Amino acid sequence: MNITVRVWRQENHDAKGKMVSYPVNDVSPDMSFLEMLDVLNEQLTVEGHDPVAFDSDCREGICGMCGVVVNGIAHGPKRLVTTCQLHMRSFNDGDVIDIEPWRSGAFPIVKDLVVDRSAFDRIIQAGGYISAPTGSAPDAHATPVPKVDADKAFDAATCIGCGACVAACPNGSAMLFTAAKVTHLGLLPQGQPERDERAINMINQHDAEGFGGCTQIGECTAACPKGIPLDMISRLNSDVLHALTHEHSNK
Amino acid sequence: MTEYYTEGTPIQDEKAPATTIEKQWDERRFHTNLINPSNRRKLSVIIVGTGLAGGSAAATLGEAGYHVKSFCYQDSPRRAHSIAAQGGINAAKNYRNDGDSVERLFYDTVKGGDYRSRESNTYRLAQISVEIIDQCVAQGVPFAREYGGLLDNRSFGGVQVSRTFYARGQTGQQLLIGAYQALERQVAAGTVEMHTRHEMLDLIVIDGRARGIVVRDMVTGEIETHFADAVVLASGGYGNVFFLSTNAMGCNVTASWRAHRKGALFANPCYTQIHPTCIPVSGDYQSKLTLMSESLRNDGRIWVPKKAGDERNPRDIPEAERDYYLERIYPAFGNLVPRDVASRAAKKVCDDGFGVGPGGRGVFLDFTEAMERLGRPAVEAKYGNLFDMYKQITDEDPYEVPMRIYPATHYTMGGLWVDYDLQSTIQGMYVIGEANFSDHGANRLGASALMQGLADGYFVLPNTISDYLAQGPFDKIDENHPAAKAAADGVRERIDKLLSINGTRTVDSFHKELGHIIWEYCGMERNQEGLTEAIEKIRKLKAEFWTDVKVTGENEELNQTLERAGRVADFFELGELMCIDALHRTESCGCHFRSESKTEDGEALRKDDDFSYVAAWEYGADGSGPVLHKELLKFENIEMKQRSYK
Repeated sequence: MNITVRVWRQENHDAKGKMVSYPVNDVSPDMSFLEMLDVLNEQLTVEGHDPVAFDSDCREGICGMCGVVVNGIAHGPKRLVTTCQLHMRSFNDGDVIDIEPWRSGAFPIVKDLVVDRSAFDRIIQAGGYISAPTGSAPDAHATPVPKVDADKAFDAATCIGCGACVAACPNGSAMLFTAAKVTHLGLLPQGQPERDERAINMINQHDAEGFGGCTQIGECTAACPKGIPLDMISRLNSDVLHALTHEHSNK
Repeated sequence: MTEYYTEGTPIQDEKAPATTIEKQWDERRFHTNLINPSNRRKLSVIIVGTGLAGGSAAATLGEAGYHVKSFCYQDSPRRAHSIAAQGGINAAKNYRNDGDSVERLFYDTVKGGDYRSRESNTYRLAQISVEIIDQCVAQGVPFAREYGGLLDNRSFGGVQVSRTFYARGQTGQQLLIGAYQALERQVAAGTVEMHTRHEMLDLIVIDGRARGIVVRDMVTGEIETHFADAVVLASGGYGNVFFLSTNAMGCNVTASWRAHRKGALFANPCYTQIHPTCIPVSGDYQSKLTLMSESLRNDGRIWVPKKAGDERNPRDIPEAERDYYLERIYPAFGNLVPRDVASRAAKKVCDDGFGVGPGGRGVFLDFTEAMERLGRPAVEAKYGNLFDMYKQITDEDPYEVPMRIYPATHYTMGGLWVDYDLQSTIQGMYVIGEANFSDHGANRLGASALMQGLADGYFVLPNTISDYLAQGPFDKIDENHPAAKAAADGVRERIDKLLSINGTRTVDSFHKELGHIIWEYCGMERNQEGLTEAIEKIRKLKAEFWTDVKVTGENEELNQTLERAGRVADFFELGELMCIDALHRTESCGCHFRSESKTEDGEALRKDDDFSYVAAWEYGADGSGPVLHKELLKFENIEMKQRSYK
């Protein structure tokens, strides 16, 4: 296949960016989207141009490091896949493909397609954990967890923190990410003591980072490569409401 | 052969107490110096890497009250490649009542490692395994559960008990997220200072002690020096020396290699595990290989057509015309033989012309029988995400046609030499997780890497490092110290050199060619002739790299080409040492298979009288080649036997 890519080029955070067009020839349908970018970069390097900066690491769809907006869609046209698991067989010979970085004020651009997602780490720092110091744990079988709860908690825990939910949301909200974490920990017995505080603190940090509010549009869940469902946001809202309307001894 | 290296004095691990193996860890902890909580905050530790080992160590040391500085090259510590380990984590809980015990896990691990691991470390690993599961469950890791609410288990290669805990096909992800959250909790508490998008490019050694590191801020290019009372490397394995591997794109050897050049011994570099269940290579453009979890071998059956070159649809090949070769050759373990055995068997049937798929480099992993026995929903529940991933990559539906798999480079058993305390040969520098060499011997059983990473990070290191830190705090040092300046200047010069060559070949083209040499000559099978040839080829290619590589851009920016160039430069040096190590070990053991050393039926033949040692290499600083130091391995608790899985 021969294709043309139009890529967002921006030298650094302060520079002005623009779309630049490049032809990429002899693309195999079995290539991943990022391997196609590798081929483009080899080509640019040999010609003495600066290759396109983009993030990727595991290339197995699990680390959450990769992610670009392809033809206006976060992670591209296929559902439930990350950019590294998107393959060129999803495109046609002669296609013109637009590639842009995640678009959100809370994810400043670092260079080209690379953005800064450290706001996610700070949301976790605000309470996205269970306080379980090393070495103090009871036997793992001391607290049974109903299989349905464990499975649902797992579904939430599959969030890879890629940021596609934010990039897809017209409000630039990170509610799906935050909700996934609150749901994961809030469904487990181990997560109960800090459940209220966790929801409040995480949502406060979410807002402080400049992410927008949720208006239930649902673009986030449509773009999520792990299929985190929208009802987890309802769960987050319910936990926040509960926390705001109940007395807490440990506050 | 000795033209490639010289032999130095033997080394010994003197930290494991002279008592019975069951009591060693208790004894060691009891005699370790402790530090009063109010003094801990005066002590600082640098930790490089945020995977299972580095993340858990940083969280635990931070929580203990030390001042921790944590570094990773990714944009967030949650991305470390431990996240991609799918299968599971072993623990000797005996929740299945199937005869498991600490002793059995110890035995399986030593046997699986082909008797080339250290007994004391391996026993401790088995002991601690039990606590790891408790810790992770307390953190909220959503392990698979049964309807009664208790934890589920499954079985892995090389064992006959079900001791593997798992979280669907994403165990590594869930364990890493647990450690990451514990780490972020400490970041919020102010005990851990996190430096993302920073890469360690040198170690600062002062008066024989590791006192700091030189890092590059990967966004601004700034070369920074950081100091502490101790340095911990948790920087992972070096499988990317092969270019194509199951490692993440960024996995590299630089932190370990730079420490090696500063005096840390590098042990058993030639032991790189080849994983049997990887999706086969599809084309030249390929950037990495993707593993299908070994857990698939619990229910999937591996076969090739009995007729060479049979190109019929696998569904049309009747049972009688299929060769379930693992079940045939190894009836006791069948499809669950250890990784090295399964990998070599796959290579052999493909070499003999029975392979399937492009180039005949593949074998079938078939779930037909499992679907009939368990039903599709049960197979989906157990392996669904792996099947989806396979389909995504190959465009073939594994529910309809059998998967095709082929071995690929996976985990490295070699790494920096450490003693029982996990301290390297440089005082104050500790090495944990895949970056050290200690527990796996010449081979690794499935689900034991996650166990080792977390054992080292949560439990071993935090209990041993205090013995060293109790001597601190050491003199305060800043960037003006001559040793710090020299290290930083060295880093700058190397970057300037890489940027100034301005040759014609890309970094990746060199990396690919190097990887091809190592895979061909130091991969699944090696021999003297090939390894000698490989060393010459690597030297030639390395010289070409330093005169003809093209590194675009500049240092003062995010420059991914420059990052890769520095790493590939180190892979050249490591690659040569791997070949020298493989050349000198004229026995076969575990995943090191010398074609000159095999039994009559083609299995690996160890030579215990000659090679029952760890090969720990000292960097040949004066250009005279590396120096071999041997640590003799004693097996007092387990009888050394020819490994058999028949």
